[in-house]
Amino acid sequence: MTQAATGTSTERTVHRRKGTGSGTGRTRSAVTLLVLAALLGVSVTAGLAIGSVHVPPGQVWGIVTHALGADWQEPDWSRARETIVVDVRAPRVLLGAVTGAGLAVIGTALQALVRNPLAEPYLLGVSSGASLGAVSVIVFGVTLFGPFSLSVAAFVGALGALLLVYATARTGGRITSSRLVLSGVAIAAVLTAVLDLLLLTTDRGNETRAVLAWTLGGLGGVNWGTLWLPSTALLLGVGVLMAQARNLNLLLAGEEAATTLGLDVARFRARLFVVLSLVTGVLVAAAGPIGFVGLMMPHIVRLFVGGDHRRVLPTAALGGAVFLVWADIAARTIAAPMEIPVGVLTALCGGPFFLWLMRRDARRGTDRGVA
Amino acid sequence: MTASELSVDGVTLTAGARHLVRDVSLTARPGETIGLVGPNGSGKSSLLRTVYRVLRPDTGQVRVDGGDAWSMPVRHMARTVAAVVQDSAADFDLAVREVVAMGRTPHKRLLAGDTPEDAGLIDSALRAVDAAHLADRPFDRLSGGERQRVLIARALAQQPTLLVLDEPTNHLDIRHQLSVLGVLRRLPTTVLLALHDLNLAAYYCDRLYVLHDGEVTASGPPAEILTPRLLAEVYGVAAEVGTHPRTGAPQVTFLPEEPRG
Repeated sequence: MTQAATGTSTERTVHRRKGTGSGTGRTRSAVTLLVLAALLGVSVTAGLAIGSVHVPPGQVWGIVTHALGADWQEPDWSRARETIVVDVRAPRVLLGAVTGAGLAVIGTALQALVRNPLAEPYLLGVSSGASLGAVSVIVFGVTLFGPFSLSVAAFVGALGALLLVYATARTGGRITSSRLVLSGVAIAAVLTAVLDLLLLTTDRGNETRAVLAWTLGGLGGVNWGTLWLPSTALLLGVGVLMAQARNLNLLLAGEEAATTLGLDVARFRARLFVVLSLVTGVLVAAAGPIGFVGLMMPHIVRLFVGGDHRRVLPTAALGGAVFLVWADIAARTIAAPMEIPVGVLTALCGGPFFLWLMRRDARRGTDRGVA
Repeated sequence: MTASELSVDGVTLTAGARHLVRDVSLTARPGETIGLVGPNGSGKSSLLRTVYRVLRPDTGQVRVDGGDAWSMPVRHMARTVAAVVQDSAADFDLAVREVVAMGRTPHKRLLAGDTPEDAGLIDSALRAVDAAHLADRPFDRLSGGERQRVLIARALAQQPTLLVLDEPTNHLDIRHQLSVLGVLRRLPTTVLLALHDLNLAAYYCDRLYVLHDGEVTASGPPAEILTPRLLAEVYGVAAEVGTHPRTGAPQVTFLPEEPRG
């Protein structure tokens, strides 16, 4: 009895000394954001500088500012270098940043929506659905929606896969980790098989090769003319999710509790599933299915800023952007002149991370831990 | 207004062919503390779920201050009715203060930040359940009892006029059982709660509803309804009911089937 009382009073003193709680959280999150923003600047510069032709960082900025119309440096570079930086590398680096940021926020939101820390568009078969949709358009030559056909089909495929996984994984209002991952894997396997079947039976040889490369995830082949679509999708996704950040927090309390806190859970989930599928579809159409970014980033940034989505979303976005820009630099340079699909590299990092996360949850013995 | 009036009229709830709740009527006048008691599976939680809008009754009505609870927008409802439910929270590294801050959500507009007023309400909610010292701790590292108090603080931060709680004293040690129930008792808010412990229910509630197989078998002030006959019928055990000399509340002692020795 006496011991318990002493314990409590010690705790109180400790926490009084620590000062105000929310203030420290906000400062930490601001610092994290600033550091990540600086890191993104460095990463983008590196992405523009590194490659078969090395461009010094100072020159990179000279070229970039020149292209933006501000000449703070006398041009001392060749036309060829300018073309490499502005027309070849810049769209690719930006697509990497956009895709990384997008996948990270999608992963963050999915983890809250299905209330499971292992949720991620790639693992849940959502990316496979998007791929199948996109590839069907290529193979069957559908052009119903003009230049948007690919993205629209990818969106439909993503939404279909997401709904299927959600419906099969959910029993009695709960989704256990094992069931979620298993149905994700199974559905991804089926979708991938259908996709392979499509590719093998189609007689358009050249397209098959191109599609095959694309299904491994890669940022090549983007140009200024096609970059705006994934960028718009990212802005839409981040905008919607930031506006809904409080409601995403409520889901962490559980479905019943979220209802009593004023959230119409079924409707909210349905709407966000559509938004997330849309963004996933557009990103997959642009960069192929790139896995594990959406799994890793939310967990890593939560270590720094805690679980509040108002802080997790922007930091995860920046973290994802930094990560994928570097992953792409590695993909271009490790085996140069050959290029490794960036999805292969993210899986190399992400697979072990997934296993670590699974073990951690099992140790914590949470109710939703891997059964 | 600080307290709402609740009236449940002829609510029936079925799951498949099974009746979870059968034709239950119940009222809570503004400021009353109403206890639901009954054995496991008697329908306490199901009845509460029809009140805090998770299970829609098949027939009957739930009315809060005269308005049909089930035709109100969920958000509007959450400004009037708060609940502490038996549903585990996820481990997403939220600090206690952030968990309690969720209670402010139904009062916030899209993208609105937390104001100093919100911070004040969160602090006083935490103080009310003796959990101010936990504010900066990660929620998922708390003990069961600490979590329960924090969840009650979250409900208080909602500034409800009706508070619904499903077994709020579960997982609590006796000191915190008494302190939590004491907090609830002192609230000006109308309180409806399911309780396991008949003695605590008898002491802290103005009136009790005894549920058995989804139906109300008795209702009224504890001293009037807690009788050996009722307890034998509902719980299937022998019991003695006396009046505690110090508290004046009914005191239930269950008698084991076979006497010791």
